[in-house]
Amino acid sequence: MSSIKNKVSETMRAITLPLLAFFLAILSGGLLIAFSNPEIYSLWKSPLKFLSTGFASAGDAYLALIQGSIFDQNLTSKNFLLGFYPLSETFVIAAPLILTGLSVTLAFRAGLFNIGAQGQFIFGAIGASYVGFHYNLPPVIHAVAALLGAMLCAGLWGGLVGFLKARTGAHEVIVTIMLNYISIYFLLWLLSTQTFLRKGRQDPIAPPVQENAQLPKLFGIDYRINLGIFIALGVAYLIHILLTRTTVGFQFRSVGANTLAAKTAGMSVPFVMTSVMVICGALAGLGGAVQVLGSEYALTAGVAGSFGFDAITVALLGRAKPLGTVLAALLFGALRAGGLTMQANTTTPIDIVLVIQALVVLFIAAPTMVRAIFRLKNVKSGTDMAAKGWNG
Amino acid sequence: MSKVSTLTPVQKRRRRGAFTLLILSIGSLVGFGILQKNTAPVTYRFVLEKEWIAINEWTLDSRTGSYGFSIAAILFSLWAIISFRRNKKIQLQSALGGFSILMAFLCWAASGKMIPFTGLLQGALLLSVPLIFGAMAGVLCERSGVINIAIEGQLLAGAFAAGVVASLTQNTTWGLLVAPIAGALISLILAVFAIKFSIDQVILGFVINVLVIGMTSFLYKKLLIPYQNTWNSGPILTPIEIPFLSKIPLLGPIFFNQTIIVYLMYIIVAVIHLSLFKTRWGLRTRAVGEHPTAADSVGIKVNNLRFRNVIFAGLVAGLGGAYFTVGAVGAFGKEMTAGKGFIALAALIFGRWSPIGAVMAALLFGFADNLQGVLSITGTPIPSEFMLMAPYIATIIAVTGFIGRVRAPAADGIPYNRGGSN
Repeated sequence: MSSIKNKVSETMRAITLPLLAFFLAILSGGLLIAFSNPEIYSLWKSPLKFLSTGFASAGDAYLALIQGSIFDQNLTSKNFLLGFYPLSETFVIAAPLILTGLSVTLAFRAGLFNIGAQGQFIFGAIGASYVGFHYNLPPVIHAVAALLGAMLCAGLWGGLVGFLKARTGAHEVIVTIMLNYISIYFLLWLLSTQTFLRKGRQDPIAPPVQENAQLPKLFGIDYRINLGIFIALGVAYLIHILLTRTTVGFQFRSVGANTLAAKTAGMSVPFVMTSVMVICGALAGLGGAVQVLGSEYALTAGVAGSFGFDAITVALLGRAKPLGTVLAALLFGALRAGGLTMQANTTTPIDIVLVIQALVVLFIAAPTMVRAIFRLKNVKSGTDMAAKGWNG
Repeated sequence: MSKVSTLTPVQKRRRRGAFTLLILSIGSLVGFGILQKNTAPVTYRFVLEKEWIAINEWTLDSRTGSYGFSIAAILFSLWAIISFRRNKKIQLQSALGGFSILMAFLCWAASGKMIPFTGLLQGALLLSVPLIFGAMAGVLCERSGVINIAIEGQLLAGAFAAGVVASLTQNTTWGLLVAPIAGALISLILAVFAIKFSIDQVILGFVINVLVIGMTSFLYKKLLIPYQNTWNSGPILTPIEIPFLSKIPLLGPIFFNQTIIVYLMYIIVAVIHLSLFKTRWGLRTRAVGEHPTAADSVGIKVNNLRFRNVIFAGLVAGLGGAYFTVGAVGAFGKEMTAGKGFIALAALIFGRWSPIGAVMAALLFGFADNLQGVLSITGTPIPSEFMLMAPYIATIIAVTGFIGRVRAPAADGIPYNRGGSN
């Protein structure tokens, strides 16, 4: 009994801070929405009306956000289930986000900060797209080959970072920032070459991936939700097992916790760094593959959106744990999906989502502040990451 | 007795630099000279407007030009090797050699075309301006031990504030005054969270960038687009021509016919360089960045100094951000800094965390950017995307220690808590 009780209180302690941080961020975002409307300042003279108009606009925005991410009764006219179309969109966006988030999470656990998920995502998308449109393979095999191609490309691209860090000590943050830009220019160049140019098109878009390579849709053609979300959840479970139940995972965590101790214990730090980054690259690349094979069906210049950058906020909100990362990715997926509806139906731009994302992470990173605001004592703190310098 | 290598790290770096230059020069001779099929003439145009004319145009055969400049580059690298053996500096030789290789490349790339040489350099300077401001903000932060990834956010905040205020007041001066304040406010977040709460500064900088991009894009769509006439139609600065100096051939119109922001940049670079190496403040800043415990033990207030320097950095970067709006196009655009803050970071690292080095790197990156633009119009054998990659590849090469290792200030990014380990 007491062990269950302990576990419950432990979980409560672990999720209190993220929940409060999210609440504060939503609140701040609401204030921003309410008071960025210049028209309400003409109501300055009657404070009640002033405030109610402000809160109404914030409320409208958040309502549209929920409509766009979970359930929209306006879509139910033909079929009640169609009202859940927004939820399907949430999962479509969450799938690549889970995978890129896991990439950053795994790196965190090994003491590395992978800002390069964006570039690795791009390389994964390139690999998946190339295998997807260039070869003719039977069903299932084609999709698997495309996923593997993506993991190979992105794994090598990510591994390069680990290799450089292990061999020369080049800081992974600097290298990955630079590689992100190199990736996007490489993609732009690639899309201008004959191989990747779609016939009859001049704009940067690759040929469509063949039907055999596309990930199957789960609930028919009315919903875009596809196998990608299950791939993402499965991989998250595998990473959980890797980190908690295997020797390799123990080595990763040891190097992350204390490089010197790991070295003294006989672990090969260069090998760990390189292999962690290969896996991280492959994870982010898988995200790119899911995006290309599951929902976009073609490689474009903007294929990566901001999946690789959102991944960092996802991993931080998920406190560098696979389960946390999944939940955080679902939450941000919902914000993204809902943000589009909100921007279309109200005057509130989708960019408020970025503000909320940044504030959540800022509040999580500063537990002292959240504790002070809510006068809490018993809250598990921090991102479990000690600050390290360029030379560390 | 076995022979032991007695080269110091500096000498090793020089040796590797000199030989790399030699290899590049030979590569240039082969690639741009021997393998060059095209012998169409290439024309350099040196006149911009109304300076005292020295040389007007210079036309030469493309292949001869490539040969000539490549051979010059080889001679410079040989000179560099001689100097390194005599244990002397090789900076001048490297610069001349690099310049020769660049000219050989231009002869090859622009065969049969005209290169507006002065215009090329002028454009390069303009593209470098935000990079230099950003890199100076980086110097101020990182030399005192605080990593600044948020340069992008500081620039963007400055650009936004300057654009909006200049538009509302229809006065560029107000824009210029408000921009540094906006940058400093962003720096305040960095300073409070990094120094007071000891949060990992890379994460923090990253999150601040997301926050600023989100905020400015949100306000841009919510206010600047619907109320464009009042909120986003600011005036722009006019160039100020400095008498006599602006008439110097070649250099005059490039450096001395600019807006006030560029002149402020000259002053800021000079002040930061001199104060960092010649004043008490500079010595303390460097001490705090390298060894805060030692600095603390002689009575320097580590965190106060860091806090102040981070705020200074915000002022500098914010002013640099004003260049995007009041200094160039007037109106603010969504995410208009477009990664310039990260190139500034690259310049800071490539310039080995020194003000002058960072300025040189920023100029080089600005030049590469502008050259790419000019060549993509005239058409070249190299895809423009690869030229755009150049600054990033150069930075990776620099941090991996291929040509001499760059080293960050020892305590850069490590929070200082008195008494604690860190």
